Amino acid sequence: MTTTPARPAVEIRDLHKSFGPLEVLKGIDFEVGQGEVVCVIGPSGSGKSTLLRCVDLLEEPTAGKIWVNGVEMTDPDVEIDAVRRGIGMVFQSFNLFPHLTVLNNLTIAQRRVLRRGRAEAERIARANLERVGLTDKADAFPAQLSGGQQQRAAIARSLSMEPKLMLFDEPTSALDPELVGDVLTVMRKLAEDGMTMMVVTHEMAFARDVADRVVFMDGGVVVEQGPPQEVLGAPKHERTRAFLSRVLDPTHVAQLGAPDQSGPPSAG
Amino acid sequence: MKLRRRQRERLSLGLQYLVFIAIIATVLVAADWDRLADAFFRVDIIKSMFPTIITVALRNTILYTLGAFAFGLVFGTILALMRLSRVAPYRWVATAYIELFRGLPALLVLFLVGYGIPIAFPEREIPGGVFGSIAIGLGLTAAAYMAETIRAGIQAVPKGQMEAARTLGMSHFTAMRTIVIPQAFRIVIPPLTNELILLTKDSSLAYVLGVTAQTIEITKFGRDMLNDRVNATPLLVAGLAYLVITLPLSQVVRRLELRYAKAR
Repeated sequence: MTTTPARPAVEIRDLHKSFGPLEVLKGIDFEVGQGEVVCVIGPSGSGKSTLLRCVDLLEEPTAGKIWVNGVEMTDPDVEIDAVRRGIGMVFQSFNLFPHLTVLNNLTIAQRRVLRRGRAEAERIARANLERVGLTDKADAFPAQLSGGQQQRAAIARSLSMEPKLMLFDEPTSALDPELVGDVLTVMRKLAEDGMTMMVVTHEMAFARDVADRVVFMDGGVVVEQGPPQEVLGAPKHERTRAFLSRVLDPTHVAQLGAPDQSGPPSAG
Repeated sequence: MKLRRRQRERLSLGLQYLVFIAIIATVLVAADWDRLADAFFRVDIIKSMFPTIITVALRNTILYTLGAFAFGLVFGTILALMRLSRVAPYRWVATAYIELFRGLPALLVLFLVGYGIPIAFPEREIPGGVFGSIAIGLGLTAAAYMAETIRAGIQAVPKGQMEAARTLGMSHFTAMRTIVIPQAFRIVIPPLTNELILLTKDSSLAYVLGVTAQTIEITKFGRDMLNDRVNATPLLVAGLAYLVITLPLSQVVRRLELRYAKAR
């Protein structure tokens, strides 16, 4: 296990994950190249969030191997805290620390984990708040922020650790529609700055415009992947087509009499 | 004749006031105010209780309460962490302890500590004498309740908080110390303050250990005076002395609950 920058940011080989008797991931082979922006789409319950959480080892894979920047995450002796410093994670529910101000949300891990001094940590925090357009909210508490502001603060918190890879787990799914745009704009800027990103999302417009590659998952497997114009514009698989028609044209989903193409509904 | 909605509401409200006033009036008329005043409010007896009720009794009540609370808080936190431990025997022991001591009367535990331990270890003494015995005796029971409160507080912190802290590279210990425990503490401060109020009143059980003039607390002081003067006035004064402690604490709980309700 070597740390060569030439290796992909994320490498996943034959990944399986079960929750009790329920097999959520059924053998995933998957890569994210350095600097690549990959969007993972698929119906709820398809395993896309579980896949993302496995990359950061928030879920322990049942079988298979994962490397992040050349470090094997699935090695039982991996220095997990050290590897996670290089990975930023953005959650659907933001998970800001409610007892700390926005500024302290951004500095606490810098200071406790990276051992940066207060002045340096605050300088980096303020720079990242500026990046996400929240300069004036440094001293606010998370509860005083809108959902969109909270999510941008959470992104800034991750960026303050200067990660090489950013994981996004449905970052806009908990937001009111009019707040989604601010968060997506921040993410687009991040992509343009060359950040390696793996994004689980339902925002097809974002996937189409920002992603280098779109991966469609269903039933715990990768059904198809490729450039966005191919996967979203001319999907090869029937399951992909069915999903896209549901998402892009929801008022015409109920083709009466047609068999239901989606998987069983479950938390995803 | 049919009443309109607003008329019905006014009638119902009026009736409720009427019942309330009737009850108050009955009590006021039925009570023998001279005898009441003579039994419960003899100014000379009230005067004779001061300053001892403050300088000795109230002071000791506060000391016993704080001693038991401190012991209970430390021991309760340990029990809470044991209940959440990955080591199964720790969980078993903590669960057994909590179930046992929540089921026993505080009086009995105090007896066991005050008289049982000296019998079992005749050559040793409980540090702090009566104060130590009361702090441990009441603290053992309080710890069982506080352990459950603290455990619930830790578990009430959303799982995403730990996950977010871990993804930033924090160790489990650092995440627990800087992210989870501070939030858990905010959650449990109101119930723990309630526990403090309960302990204040439980400190009246200290009499079973045989207190002296120096170690007497409010209730025993009031009862001794009652026997001495054959008058109930000391009980009234003792009750008021407890309220001096507990009413401000209740206010503190209410304020804290309001504040944390806003902050979350």
